Amino acid sequence: MMDWLWTIPALPFAGFLILALFGKQLSRKVVAWTGSLSTGLSALITIIVGISFLTNPPGGHVFKQILWSWIEVGSFSPEITLYLDSLSLVFMFVITFVGFLIHLYSTGFMVEEEGYARFFSYMNLFVGSMLLLVMAGNLVFLYLGWEAVGLCSYLLIGFWYKNPDNGYAARKAFIVTRIGDTLMAIGLFLLFDQFGTLQIQEILTRFPAEVAEGSPFAVATAIMLLGGAVGKSAQLPLQVWLPDAMAGPSPVSALIHAATMVTAGVYLIARTFVIFQMAPVAQTIVAIVGAVTLLLAGFSALTQRDIKRVLAYSTISQIGYMFLALGVGAWSAAVFHFMTHAFFKALLFLGAGVVIMHLHHEHNMFKMGGLRKSMPFTFWVFLIGSASLAALPLITAGFYSKDIILWYAWAAEGSHELFWLAGILGSLLTAVYTSRMVFITFFGEIKTEPHGKTALSIKIPLIVLAVLSLIGGFINFPGNFGDMQWLSGFLANNLPEAHAAVHDKGIETLFQVISAVLVLLGIYLAYLLYLKRNVDEQFSKKGIYHYWFSGWGFDYVYEVLVIKPVVWLSKIDEHDFIEYFYTGIARFHMFWHVLFSKLQTGKIRWYAMGIATGAIVAIIVLVFS
Amino acid sequence: MINISLETGLLLAGILFFMGFLGVMVRRNVIFMLMSVEVMLNAAGIAFVMAGSHWHQPDGQVMFIFILTMAAAEVSVGLAILLQLHKHYKSLDADAANKMKG
Amino acid sequence: MTVIFYIAAAVAIITTGLALTRAHAVHALLYLIISLLGVSVVFFVSGAPFIAALEVIIYAGAIMVLFLFVIMMLSVGKANIEQEKIWIKPRTWVGPGIFSLILLVLFILLVSGFSDTPINSAIIAPKQVGISLFSKYLLGVEISAVLLMAGIIGAYHIGRGRGKVKHRFMEESQ
Repeated sequence: MMDWLWTIPALPFAGFLILALFGKQLSRKVVAWTGSLSTGLSALITIIVGISFLTNPPGGHVFKQILWSWIEVGSFSPEITLYLDSLSLVFMFVITFVGFLIHLYSTGFMVEEEGYARFFSYMNLFVGSMLLLVMAGNLVFLYLGWEAVGLCSYLLIGFWYKNPDNGYAARKAFIVTRIGDTLMAIGLFLLFDQFGTLQIQEILTRFPAEVAEGSPFAVATAIMLLGGAVGKSAQLPLQVWLPDAMAGPSPVSALIHAATMVTAGVYLIARTFVIFQMAPVAQTIVAIVGAVTLLLAGFSALTQRDIKRVLAYSTISQIGYMFLALGVGAWSAAVFHFMTHAFFKALLFLGAGVVIMHLHHEHNMFKMGGLRKSMPFTFWVFLIGSASLAALPLITAGFYSKDIILWYAWAAEGSHELFWLAGILGSLLTAVYTSRMVFITFFGEIKTEPHGKTALSIKIPLIVLAVLSLIGGFINFPGNFGDMQWLSGFLANNLPEAHAAVHDKGIETLFQVISAVLVLLGIYLAYLLYLKRNVDEQFSKKGIYHYWFSGWGFDYVYEVLVIKPVVWLSKIDEHDFIEYFYTGIARFHMFWHVLFSKLQTGKIRWYAMGIATGAIVAIIVLVFS
Repeated sequence: MINISLETGLLLAGILFFMGFLGVMVRRNVIFMLMSVEVMLNAAGIAFVMAGSHWHQPDGQVMFIFILTMAAAEVSVGLAILLQLHKHYKSLDADAANKMKG
Repeated sequence: MTVIFYIAAAVAIITTGLALTRAHAVHALLYLIISLLGVSVVFFVSGAPFIAALEVIIYAGAIMVLFLFVIMMLSVGKANIEQEKIWIKPRTWVGPGIFSLILLVLFILLVSGFSDTPINSAIIAPKQVGISLFSKYLLGVEISAVLLMAGIIGAYHIGRGRGKVKHRFMEESQ
């Protein structure tokens, strides 16, 4: 069964090709079938491959499939290798499975939109590129998927391209992530310069032997890779693109936030963990970035009025948790949180999509209200997703994954109390803003009456995701619950286990109680602040509130620090001497063009004479020299 | 069989070639221009065959066959263009189709 | 046999000259056919009987007949011939004539001293040509096939007389 590995990314690409080439000729039904079947089959094959990987693990818990050699330039011959281990398997499962559910949802959600085939072709390409990224055995190949994912995000965020704002958001996402991509490319150049290869496993095995721990090279490489990860995963300081990326359709947001794109950074760091282990400084920076980001984004989420922007900031915040986990060396905890986050965040975005669709494309939460009665189904699935996001104790998946991160933020060797504090404060914030969103949207008085019915193709993905948001956490219980850490055990085949400096089940239980209490407190707080009293109205003009609302003013800072100077520089640089040089070239050619165009009489005989003249000159040179 | 030098054979080819070339330059009628091109191609063929005979190799004749093929393709396309030209300009004057001048 | 070569060559040159100076297209064509027949004789005596046959069959037989068909289709009348006579006034021959003559002289200069030895006019049998064509030059044969195919399609496409022709440089003059 393992030999079928290549079909997993190939199927979405095939779907993309079919839809891109023949999309206009196909009926909507065929388009929907092609689009969702390609990812669906891919998910099915992933599950089958996964089962055979689990029951019959290959040697070293690694399976490699060499497809072909891409190019050969000297010693540089990147082989196109598919690399399957526990890490990529978890990612592949989430990408294909959640991706398939989102496709299924889109068949119903996008049914009235123009460019139906275009949408599905982009979505397929997105899933295929992301699979390429996580299955690549070579950094060049990974970079190919990385860039393709960036391209797809651009295409999909700007899907409704007729509105210039969407085009602006798409360009912003593309350019901001491009900064990170450039850093990552530099990191790859450094690695290639040192090792002469970009095969991931070869680098990872040779790295500890050839590079000293904490040496400038290791730190520089790790920082560059972190730069790439920060850009793609929307972490500080490159997080500004993600809230604007809400311009795309809801399924796109779900795909970007849950299954693909933003988790690429998490994957990259987990995949190249050796480099980060050899550069402790860089790894601490990862943790700091994660901790700061999760707090900043949490505060911003607290003040948003657009339901999708709340979710966007919550994504930034949750990925901050993953970075925190990576930073303290809890690799498998980050992957675990990635998985549960994919389930509940996809659920939340798709649920929000349903709400938005039934309220005439209304994004503003304050115009919703009271939807609990009129949309009971959506309410319940959304509630489950929110509970999971807020990490409601014991019954939700989010609780288990977040708990492990919080525990390692305290207990891991490279950790610091402040990280734990940030995490615990973040979980309070998460509970508050999540409940605020639920309260404002689904409780209170009815402000807009919903219309229309929810199609079955929309309901099924929501139900499946809701179930997964609840039970998805049961594959990895905290340490003090007993020896039931199946996911960590599985990942431990390929990722190192976190080294806990503290082994005290009592403290672990205490922390769990603290975070559980904080979550409940957060919900109660939100109840008091947003349902009993309307704090938003009172504070919306206040300084700090506005500051949070605009995402801590990062956009403004970048506008002043980067965009304005560049525009100013390019303005004054418009008429420098280089300019004269180039216009001079143009004038020179213009002159000769006018002269030579006189020769073009359109008379064939004239041209034949020209040939004769040329031949005479050529032969004279040949004979008499 | 015959007692001539390669030079003489090539001279014949050269004379015919430049006569054809002269024809292309002088005539305005497209039919005559095409005929002149045929003469030129044929002259090139003569050069090949003469050289082939001189070295007693079949290659020259093979080349002639290729030239023949090319001439046939060229004439068919050329005559088709000529027909269209005549249809549109009611004339075979090559200079009539000078719309592409600079 | 050498005499035959010279006679045939002279015939070829003279008839070619006549063909290129005729005002009437059919006359020119007939002269051209004679010229080709002359060249065919040259081929025959210089040891290439197969090529001589091809020259007669394909050049004189097929290609020239194609010309004839087209001339008949266009039904060249008296007016065209008068026009043609105006076009080929002696004055127009001067410039191109000088050019051609210079080129010919240069060509002769290049060729002279090339090889004085008589050409080996022993017959190269068609069999040898065929073996060479289908072994050493097989790729050339394939390419020729593609070329002919392209010629057929091109001629069909261009010559198709269905309504207005959609060539961009012919359209506007309609």
